[in-house]
Amino acid sequence: MSEKKTHKQKFSEWFYGENDPFVAAMPVQEQKEHQVDEKTLQEYEKERAERHEKVFDIAHNGKIRAFRRSYRVLGVMMCLLMISILLLAVSYLPRTGNPANPDNNEVSRVYIENGLQDTGAVNVVAGMILSYRAFDTFGETNVLFIATCCVMILLMLDEKALHTSGLSNDRFYEPKNDWILQKIAKILVPIIFVFGIYVMLNGHISPGGGFSGGAILGAGMILYVNAFGFKKTQKFFNETVYKVIKVGALCIYGVLITYFFFMGANGLNNHIPLGIPGHILSAGLILPIDVLVGLEVACTMYAFYALFRRGGL
Amino acid sequence: MDFLMYILLGFLVVCAVAVSISKNLLNSILIFMSYSLIMSIIWIRLESPDLAITEAAVGAGVTTVLFFVTLKKLHTMKEQEEEKEAGADQAGGEKHE
Repeated sequence: MSEKKTHKQKFSEWFYGENDPFVAAMPVQEQKEHQVDEKTLQEYEKERAERHEKVFDIAHNGKIRAFRRSYRVLGVMMCLLMISILLLAVSYLPRTGNPANPDNNEVSRVYIENGLQDTGAVNVVAGMILSYRAFDTFGETNVLFIATCCVMILLMLDEKALHTSGLSNDRFYEPKNDWILQKIAKILVPIIFVFGIYVMLNGHISPGGGFSGGAILGAGMILYVNAFGFKKTQKFFNETVYKVIKVGALCIYGVLITYFFFMGANGLNNHIPLGIPGHILSAGLILPIDVLVGLEVACTMYAFYALFRRGGL
Repeated sequence: MDFLMYILLGFLVVCAVAVSISKNLLNSILIFMSYSLIMSIIWIRLESPDLAITEAAVGAGVTTVLFFVTLKKLHTMKEQEEEKEAGADQAGGEKHE
């Protein structure tokens, strides 16, 4: 019985952690530190120097000289060719702002004429990207999420290494925060935060929206970290908060947009009041989606910086 | 106002060429930042302020900062780094000046 297990049993064993298929199945050897002999190192260095002299002896090596000259000429020629091709392509483009251009077709006309009525957003661009084409924006938000995940996989240190190793401590030579930077940040950071929130919340009324507002918020947070250090920032923004915001915003966005499209999207009865155009609480789903996208983008910006800087949030 | 636009576009080309020609990485990052700044002004001139805000925040702000952090990690800001190391040696382990 124990010799032959069904796939189901095997799976359940693996799933509940009773049996790891890789334990004792693979030979595991302890790693030894690589040691370099002094002699071999010298020999290697010598060989390398000889080879280097031989190859880069430009006065006697005709091939290298010819290669270098032709490389320069060919490089310049390739550049000129690319520039001329691109300029030629540009010269065939229609003039900007011409009403007879092919991009002024019925699609954009419908968006501009019916946008206010369908989406309730005064800002046509917000109505387009967050209501007509909300799934596109959902895809973009997913791209941001996946990008941060990849950066985390590559650069994130585990908890122990973050606190013990000197690798993450890049402030060894400058342990004190800059006084001028702190004073200026004290004045600027609240203004930047308020401006970012304003841009985020007014996405459907004025130019801006989730992405711009989130980018401003993220930039403000980077300034704050630079001025006051990671310890102070972790009081209000640590890894748990980051995870909750990042995953929660994406999930809520997905649920909202799925509901919106299942109920018939624009122009049909979807139980979402459009409100009076021009008010803050109007334009249906655009306002919450703006806020969610903004949070996502702000988290992305800050996480990129923190991961690049010290390998942890 | 077309004149201003031509000046800005000229600056754009100058910046783009200067980024690739400059030998010092720090300088080329700063030039790249000014490129983004000029680009954001051009976006405003083309009547798309939302793109201008994004360009200023992402292009001139966050990207530049990420470049700086990467340069610091790679120890490419050589002159400054050496100065600091010399200063640290002189201080003899004292952290505060």
